[in-house]
Amino acid sequence: MITLGYAPATTAAFLASLVEAVEALTIVLAVATVRGWRPAGLGALAGFMSLLLIVVAVGPLLDRVPVHLLQFVIGVLLLMFGMRWLRKAILRSAGVVSLHDEAAVFANETAELSEQARRHATRLDLLAALASFKAVLLEGLEVVFIVIALSAGRGLLAPAAGALGACLLVAGVGVVVHRPLARVPENTLKFFVGVLLSAFGIFWTGEGLGVAWPGADLAIIAFAALFLGVARAAVVVARRPRSAEALS
Amino acid sequence: MNTIRAALREVVGLFVDDGSLALEIVAVIVLAGISATLFPEFPLVAGGILLLGCLAVLFGNVARAGRR
Repeated sequence: MITLGYAPATTAAFLASLVEAVEALTIVLAVATVRGWRPAGLGALAGFMSLLLIVVAVGPLLDRVPVHLLQFVIGVLLLMFGMRWLRKAILRSAGVVSLHDEAAVFANETAELSEQARRHATRLDLLAALASFKAVLLEGLEVVFIVIALSAGRGLLAPAAGALGACLLVAGVGVVVHRPLARVPENTLKFFVGVLLSAFGIFWTGEGLGVAWPGADLAIIAFAALFLGVARAAVVVARRPRSAEALS
Repeated sequence: MNTIRAALREVVGLFVDDGSLALEIVAVIVLAGISATLFPEFPLVAGGILLLGCLAVLFGNVARAGRR
């Protein structure tokens, strides 16, 4: 039987983590700009350590869950997570929802921290570190979920390598350029990651229900192609009424 | 405390953004589950319901959001 190996899981984890890491980096850079690298770095480190604790605590528990139940639960969560991303990316592509703007997020965060600096001068380092901690913890939670979900039944190594590669890449580029990575085509990435995660979600949920998909792992590619086709058609449909309004 | 609350909100928000999309996905999964239970000799029927149902849910939900 033909299988795809680890490539789809690694790619999906890499692309999804790229998006989340860029979002976290924007906040950490804003904190560093206002209060310096010490509170920004300490907060980010604390957030990273908290994530590590969550993985260490949850990881071994997954081995005790029966494989079919694990596949089903992970599949359902992946479907909800992936289709949520895909829906948002479609609506952004169609112009129904505004695009995520890292430069604007950076400006807002910087302004908010500067305002806090005026009000709580003495506690600012703590507040700055907390903002950095929250960014890494909250965005990192999504990365952790994606890695755990994509590893269902096949081991953490491949998706974890993809996620780690993305985080190291973004952190490295961030340290070099010292600016939010506004040029990353975030919505395009979210569009394709949404397609991939939805395809994985269908595959795992079906396996959990006892479906033996024709072509085994290759079915994931077919599902992804179907989701991509429907998502592209949905962009056109969501855009059409707005164009008609503009013409009238 | 606020951080914990924000983290919990974020965890729920990972899966539920638009409530109707989440409910429709769950409905499709339940239908596929019923099919798999009632007709275990035809598992691909459940697979078909799952796949086509989710594609239809996505398309319908986005089309509705576009009209709003």
